[in-house]
Amino acid sequence: MNEKYYITRSVIIQDNTIFLNGKMLFTTSVSGFLPFAKQAFQNLQIDYPKFYKMDALSKLAFLSAEYLLQNKAQKEDIALVLANASGSLDTDVKHQKSIQDKDHFYPSPATFVYTLANICAGEIAIRHQLQTEQAFFVFDRYPSDLMKNYADYLLDSQKATQVVCGWVEYFQEKYKAVLYLVGQVGETAHTETHINELFK
Amino acid sequence: MATLKEELKGKIISVLNLEDIDVADIQDSDPLFGDGLGLDSIDALELIVLLDKEYGIKLSDPKQGKAIFQSIQTMADYIEANRTK
Amino acid sequence: MASGVAITGIGMISSIGKNVEENLQSLLAERHGISRVENFHTRQKETIMVGEIKLSNAALIRQLSLPEDNNFTRTALLGACAAKEALASANIQDMQAYRTGLISSTSVGGMDFTERHFYAYLEDSTLHKYITSHDAGDSSHKIAAYLGLQGLVTTISTACSSAANAIMLGARMIRSGKLDRAIVGGTDALSKFTINGFNTLMILSDTYCQPFDQNRKGLNLGEAAAYLVLESDELVKKDNKKVLAYLSGYGNANDAFHQTASSEDGEGAFLAMQKAFRMAGLAPQDIDYINVHGTATPNNDLSEGRAMMRLFGNQVPEFSSTKAFTGHTLAAAAAIEAVYSILALQYQTVFANLHFATPMEEFQLQPQTKTKRQAIQHVLSNSFGFGGNCSTLIFSKA
Repeated sequence: MNEKYYITRSVIIQDNTIFLNGKMLFTTSVSGFLPFAKQAFQNLQIDYPKFYKMDALSKLAFLSAEYLLQNKAQKEDIALVLANASGSLDTDVKHQKSIQDKDHFYPSPATFVYTLANICAGEIAIRHQLQTEQAFFVFDRYPSDLMKNYADYLLDSQKATQVVCGWVEYFQEKYKAVLYLVGQVGETAHTETHINELFK
Repeated sequence: MATLKEELKGKIISVLNLEDIDVADIQDSDPLFGDGLGLDSIDALELIVLLDKEYGIKLSDPKQGKAIFQSIQTMADYIEANRTK
Repeated sequence: MASGVAITGIGMISSIGKNVEENLQSLLAERHGISRVENFHTRQKETIMVGEIKLSNAALIRQLSLPEDNNFTRTALLGACAAKEALASANIQDMQAYRTGLISSTSVGGMDFTERHFYAYLEDSTLHKYITSHDAGDSSHKIAAYLGLQGLVTTISTACSSAANAIMLGARMIRSGKLDRAIVGGTDALSKFTINGFNTLMILSDTYCQPFDQNRKGLNLGEAAAYLVLESDELVKKDNKKVLAYLSGYGNANDAFHQTASSEDGEGAFLAMQKAFRMAGLAPQDIDYINVHGTATPNNDLSEGRAMMRLFGNQVPEFSSTKAFTGHTLAAAAAIEAVYSILALQYQTVFANLHFATPMEEFQLQPQTKTKRQAIQHVLSNSFGFGGNCSTLIFSKA
């Protein structure tokens, strides 16, 4: 496997700030993830009201992918491989609370739909019409070696021409997203070292 | 009936997270699904929960929702006729 | 490259059997495992039917000879039972002999215990040991530790297609030389969390589910665990292993349509099946039996049926959904059905699609309603998950 691939773009979202390729692109002084997410979304100026129905994890994933793939012409054959530590726990807790109260028992379908880790990947797929391969891993920290191998494999076997890889973690206001695009042409080689640098 | 309709519009906006829409933007006979407010199947299920939670009406078949949720007017009519709360 | 990745071991536990043999006998006798919920209280008790394993957690703990102070939740208990059987079936004595990995899947994780003890945690510190068992990843690590596995352990969470994706990943890691052996599959226990969630989506049936029937009302949830042992060609040759079947093709695609519903023309399903064919180097007419996803929801069966017709034209092979036997076992489903596909190859039998009475009006497709012996060379198994994640596996006779 001597093919060389490159990390062509990266987005990091944390502490209510968005970085694209290492440069700060957007920040806000509001506190709390949801107000930040709303402003970051409005900053994109896209017409996609379904954003407001998503849970926090999906909003985070959606924003990361939107900033990453903005102005991208060719979106076919982009595969999507994500991971996090908490799964969909933040929303799981909300759903759990709604079925715990015997006297006020009204579980919400809109909440339940998000009680799976990979729905956030599904939201990205719907938005960008990615009908390619997708996977979602639950790991206590970003599995750089596994992700590198997986992305290389998808590209080598021509199952995809590019791969969005990354970490989208959200639990009770503690969050971090690191998303990067792996492709055939670029300057930063797709290696574990370079991947780990994104997480520093 | 008028207050019920206004109340419904407000509840729908908050329950369905319709961020950029005001009560004034929704007309009584606007289609809620399809081209109107663009609600989808999960929204329909949320409205079923709303009927139960706020008005004590239990629907057993999701297909009943299609006729009831056509517009604010049809929703209000149905609630008036069937509410237990 | 030979005919696919070798499968040398299988293990499972479901509502129709505590092990592979019992499952097989139930399938052949057309004896389903659907009933009312008995193991715990839920307000949906009288209105839903489930594929419940009639064994208490205490019984499972005894079966596994676990110490009293363990913190296994039911998901991990079921998983450990099935994985243990898979290892024995593959005749694996020494876990450290070769590079071995466990790729498991779950959607429930430790939720069954969390929901039981959520408020009690504040008062009873003896229950705190279950707090760390909540995570999806914990069940996988518990199973790995129980098996004495020291290699790679990871957890896939893509809803109802999870186990298929775990099987795919295991196969890829063996093919690329990263692992010599992979234990792959999934496990999910019943929980109030899932029951109430699915209920609010109004896709549960209040009676026995009827896959591909015009009057189907929805699915029956189920609990189960199943694992396959995959081994590299080198290992099979070296240890002269008996191969049960081959995983000859697989594919994954996203429907990109809706968070939980499938598109009208089954695009994701179609693409996943197409990819699996391409990989296996097979044509649609080579498939002798399809174990469909067939959850019996109005949406899935229509979407999946359309996708099959797009792919197979007028020559859709024999197909059946075994979910009328076991219920929809969520993250374990694809692994359960992988084992059933392997049994279909070993015993040259198409399993019955129970409770079918009326064909769907949208097309001419009718599932196989009786257990049928026939020549089977290749089996296709579909599993489609929420989030539009569609996976297809193709198994071939050894």
